[in-house]
Amino acid sequence: MILARRNLLIGGAAGLLAGCDRFTDSPVLASAEEAHRFLQRAIGRGALATEFRPEQRSPIFRVNGTYNPNTPEYNIWAGTGFADWRLKVGGMVARPMQLTLAQLQHLPQRAQITRHDCVEGWSAIGKWQGPQLATILNAAGLSAQARYIVFHCADRYGDGGYYESIDLIDAFHPQTILAWALNDRRLDVGHGAPLRLRVERQLGYKQAKYLVGIEAVASLAGIGKGKGGTWEDSSGYQWYAGI
Amino acid sequence: MPEGLPDRPRLIYRHRLITRLWHWINAIALLIMVGSGLMIFNAHPRLYWGQYGANFDHAWLELPRFPGWVTIPSYYSLAGARHWHFFFALVLAFGLLVYLLWSLANGHILRDLRIRVRELAPGHLWKDFKDHLALRFHDPRDPRAYNIFQKLAYVGTLFVLLPAVIFSGLALSPGMDAAWPWLTAMFGGRQSARSVHFIAMGAILVFLLVHLTLVLLAGPINELRAMITGWWRVPAEKQP
Repeated sequence: MILARRNLLIGGAAGLLAGCDRFTDSPVLASAEEAHRFLQRAIGRGALATEFRPEQRSPIFRVNGTYNPNTPEYNIWAGTGFADWRLKVGGMVARPMQLTLAQLQHLPQRAQITRHDCVEGWSAIGKWQGPQLATILNAAGLSAQARYIVFHCADRYGDGGYYESIDLIDAFHPQTILAWALNDRRLDVGHGAPLRLRVERQLGYKQAKYLVGIEAVASLAGIGKGKGGTWEDSSGYQWYAGI
Repeated sequence: MPEGLPDRPRLIYRHRLITRLWHWINAIALLIMVGSGLMIFNAHPRLYWGQYGANFDHAWLELPRFPGWVTIPSYYSLAGARHWHFFFALVLAFGLLVYLLWSLANGHILRDLRIRVRELAPGHLWKDFKDHLALRFHDPRDPRAYNIFQKLAYVGTLFVLLPAVIFSGLALSPGMDAAWPWLTAMFGGRQSARSVHFIAMGAILVFLLVHLTLVLLAGPINELRAMITGWWRVPAEKQP
């Protein structure tokens, strides 16, 4: 009797854990993302990510995700020092633009030593430099209907290119920059050459590398599978990655 | 009520509704947080001290991945585990907050959990320790009261371990780190906070193990009934 009860308890506990698997994709669980975003924005909408001193940087800033896009187009750009590469700024803007790397480097710059937090749990600290995204969006004349900024990348994932998106609160945040330098050197291929996004209050998978285009949109529905990013579409990662 | 008659079981109302509700909600939340947390840990099973820490940096602890029968979900899914973890993080944290405020208001904390100086006297601790070895967990003159080791375990879990695991978890969030940089700084950096988060989880598991062992030793049916219905049977007095 007691044995049977114990078996029932053990079996029940294992069954409960296995039963959990069925609810993993439940929209109820996923709703916590919105709650956290709401709470974080309520207490720190304009807050700045912590910045560090030069000696606090990681000795080695590891590479993660794509190490080299290795597409024919990218390899030609890389072979000529990205002289022929252009950043396309389009979508819901008054003045679509194509910017060269030199033009981006001559815009007002912001340098920041920040901590990169990977969703896996590791962190690395490095110095990033580039123009603020707000400068470019203001120059392009963002439409009043635009709600999100989508970042298109040169590296391929499945059917399309890597992409990510952020809302306008993060897009106009002063620490949101398009970085072309890491630790006072031009980005190498592993770290996203020639240009990557830094959106410092979110996790690593939001920091899109190998940028080729910025698109202002009113909705994320028509892009990729509609969840706002490559990892969001393919694996169910949270779109709001401030958690 | 015929007191002092040892053959008549005496029932007392021991746990209020708010205590019982919180106990079970918290128990479920904790199990899910541990299971999903171990899955998240599996994505990078190395721990560091300081602000940064990645594959090329020195890890003070590196563990093999936890097996599927202790993780939520049981198959490898960092994204899935994060959905579980951040939903039940809200249950755990706000549940604890409501319970502590409520228990302060209804007097539970000051009446039942407050540790008196005389209870910490070595003589008292030693007597209570010997009582534990003899499986006497209750003072027959005041059977409703918690013994000193019980109080230390509950107070330590409620006011140290659970807040530590909650706040160190908050310090891992890059959004929270921007909003409350002092929190991450308090732990000595994000990777230190991650280590504290893991250690506090381990300490809570130790509490859970001791707690369940003592429930079994004290009489699981009576203890379970008390935590479900509130009514607890005073054990027959054992002569010291």
